[in-house]
Amino acid sequence: MTEQVPPTTQTKAEAQASDAEDAEAAAKQAVSTGAGSVVATLESAGVEHLFGVQGGAIMPVYDALYYSDLNHVTMAHEQGAAHAADAFGIVSGDPGVCLATSGPGATNLVTGIADASMDSDPLIALTGQVPTDFVGNDAFQETDTTGVTDPITKTNYFADDAETIGDVVGEAFAVADEGRQGPTLVDLPKNITQEETETNSGETTTPDTYNPPEEADEDIVEAATDALAAAEKPVILAGGGVIKGEATDELRAFAREYEIPVITTMPGIGAFPEDEELSLEVAGMHGTGYANMAVTHCDVLLGVGTRFDDRLTGGVDSFAPEAEVIHVDIDPAEISKNINADYPLIGDAGRVMDQLDDELDNRPDPADRYAEWREQVGTWKEEYPMDYATPDDEPLKPQFVVEVLDEATEDDTVVTTGVGQHQMWAFQFWTYTEPRTWVSSHGLGTMGYGLPAAIGARLAADDDQSVVCFEGDGSFLMTVQELSVAVRENLDITVAVLNNEYVGMVRQWQDGFFEGRRMASEYSWCPDFAKLAEAFGARGFTVADYDGVEDAVEAAVEYDGPAVIDFHIDPEENVFPMVPSGGKNGKFALQTDHLDQL
Amino acid sequence: MTGGLPGPDPGARPHPDGRRNSQGARIDPAVEAEPEAQRAVLSATVKHEPGVLAAVSGLFSRRQFNIESLTVGPTEEENRARITLVIEEPEPGIEQAKKQLEKLIPVVSVTELETDATQRELALIKVSGEKPDQVQSVAEMYGGEAVDVSQETVTVEITGSRQKIEAAVDTFHRFEILEVVRTGTAALERGAEETR
Repeated sequence: MTEQVPPTTQTKAEAQASDAEDAEAAAKQAVSTGAGSVVATLESAGVEHLFGVQGGAIMPVYDALYYSDLNHVTMAHEQGAAHAADAFGIVSGDPGVCLATSGPGATNLVTGIADASMDSDPLIALTGQVPTDFVGNDAFQETDTTGVTDPITKTNYFADDAETIGDVVGEAFAVADEGRQGPTLVDLPKNITQEETETNSGETTTPDTYNPPEEADEDIVEAATDALAAAEKPVILAGGGVIKGEATDELRAFAREYEIPVITTMPGIGAFPEDEELSLEVAGMHGTGYANMAVTHCDVLLGVGTRFDDRLTGGVDSFAPEAEVIHVDIDPAEISKNINADYPLIGDAGRVMDQLDDELDNRPDPADRYAEWREQVGTWKEEYPMDYATPDDEPLKPQFVVEVLDEATEDDTVVTTGVGQHQMWAFQFWTYTEPRTWVSSHGLGTMGYGLPAAIGARLAADDDQSVVCFEGDGSFLMTVQELSVAVRENLDITVAVLNNEYVGMVRQWQDGFFEGRRMASEYSWCPDFAKLAEAFGARGFTVADYDGVEDAVEAAVEYDGPAVIDFHIDPEENVFPMVPSGGKNGKFALQTDHLDQL
Repeated sequence: MTGGLPGPDPGARPHPDGRRNSQGARIDPAVEAEPEAQRAVLSATVKHEPGVLAAVSGLFSRRQFNIESLTVGPTEEENRARITLVIEEPEPGIEQAKKQLEKLIPVVSVTELETDATQRELALIKVSGEKPDQVQSVAEMYGGEAVDVSQETVTVEITGSRQKIEAAVDTFHRFEILEVVRTGTAALERGAEETR
């Protein structure tokens, strides 16, 4: 991959102004405003990239950006800005920043903010607002943005004072980043951002009443260790919190030392290398058979940074039904919310893993006790392989496409996805070994997430890391306009559209649970995606059979810029294994007719 | 059938006997143990700023906690308000409500009050003014008083526990109640114990 040159390494003021204009610009810049404080605060917080769309009420903030070195990426739609910033946060670990104007700008961000909220992604949204004198009068482009976003943010702010606006933005940044990460929003009325003020950069600090826990209660750590030491069939369930909490090293060391099989949730993908023998990959609705067998039969389940979502647990009554649950989480409200925790360990994931390790070190090494269990798990791996056939005379299998792309790229490649069948194949048949390489929409399940996420991921990833985006035809069409951004910024992204001319997961459920009545799920009206890509200025490829896959993948990956490959896959292919909604994890279906037996 | 995977049928697989209740707690397969709803009084100290009450009431509504009453007002500390909430939930729901409340950034602290905490409500009861003397004496029975008298109506004020208010409202029915308004519960711990 070649180095990307951001188009705004020089400030616009430097690039455009003549000498005379220089003086004028400098004079203007000397006038400090509320908007200037907002931008100065972002700069001092270490922000480098912003994703946004211009508009009336946010114009003063953009005017302040005119004099800044911050790289602003203009997106085609505010939803794209929120997803790009969200993915930037996932890949970099630092809050991504998105901007939008009031009214429709702010409401267009809502899907992306809700997505970040469900997946605990660090995100800060800055929205313009009508002047404070107009607020409450149904002014042009007025929406109660703090009201609308209250349920989907960690907290939000209405900045009504230019003197403190920097501190408010700084606090929003810190709250998004610290403790359990998540989105925050600052609503910025136009008269406040325009107001002259001497205040400059604000403090990036959380309020003194916000104190995320660090170490877990020693007595419970000891009791949990007793449970692990007495266990015969333990598993570790690594959630997204392991990655968000930078606890990957501690978790891996713990699992390897005591030789405990590791399952991840979908957001936890990358927490443990999937090519290691202890890895059972992902459990849940479309998780592997062996992970779902292990979670069903384990006697101690050590869940770290997971909220026991219903797509993971299936029916609560049959989830790990005989297991004592040790639950490590930084958010006390997740403890016993969905699954009762026998040993609640509230604290930072890495610190608590160290506490458990120190305590278990004092006991006889339990690794040998678990040997029989590891053997059982190995048997399940043989009994329920993630296998598929690729006969030449049948349509292209999507699983094959995922495997070829995995082969053609390095281990540290960042994968982003939309939502649907393609998303499931992208996690099932790609081998993830590193944290922050899987970028997807889990809790909210936002179709169209993949492409804007790839844009944010591209800017957060190292230059020598590849970025591959898997999309479905239906999902891709929801945010395809962001291809214009990838072209304008010349972002090196490979988009693989697994095109089955269906909104495929819905078609699969219609076939499984609605007696095959395929209402509104058939998408044969989709455009020619290769031509569409060319129209945007990207490279486009179409592949309809096995012969063309490797050449197209090689050409697209080689191409230094955005490339789209439209893979015409088997339209009838379904995602298995499958635990029906609310079903028993251990009774996953391996084929459509199994669904009738459950 | 397309896209199947190899492996034993669901029916051919072993499955453990254990199970969990709807709260996610493991239960004895022979006994169905679902915790019953109970009444709890939560007292939250919050930053006295716009939007806090909306954030708290929104939280209770979207997470489907059963709320009986909510009162809010300033406290002895500047910039701090106290919200007193009465909820009716099974024990795990009460715990969950407390934790979700504590999570809100403008919420400073949350405590569940002891059952013997001092709890008071206030009611204004407007009745027909035909028998003002009798109304006044019933009000006095409940430690209340008439606070407004007109040709046609008498309005009495009663303060006390929820049970007392309910009993008073019942009693005043004999005078033809025209309107009733009640506050929620305000509560503090007894003695030297602080409510925070």
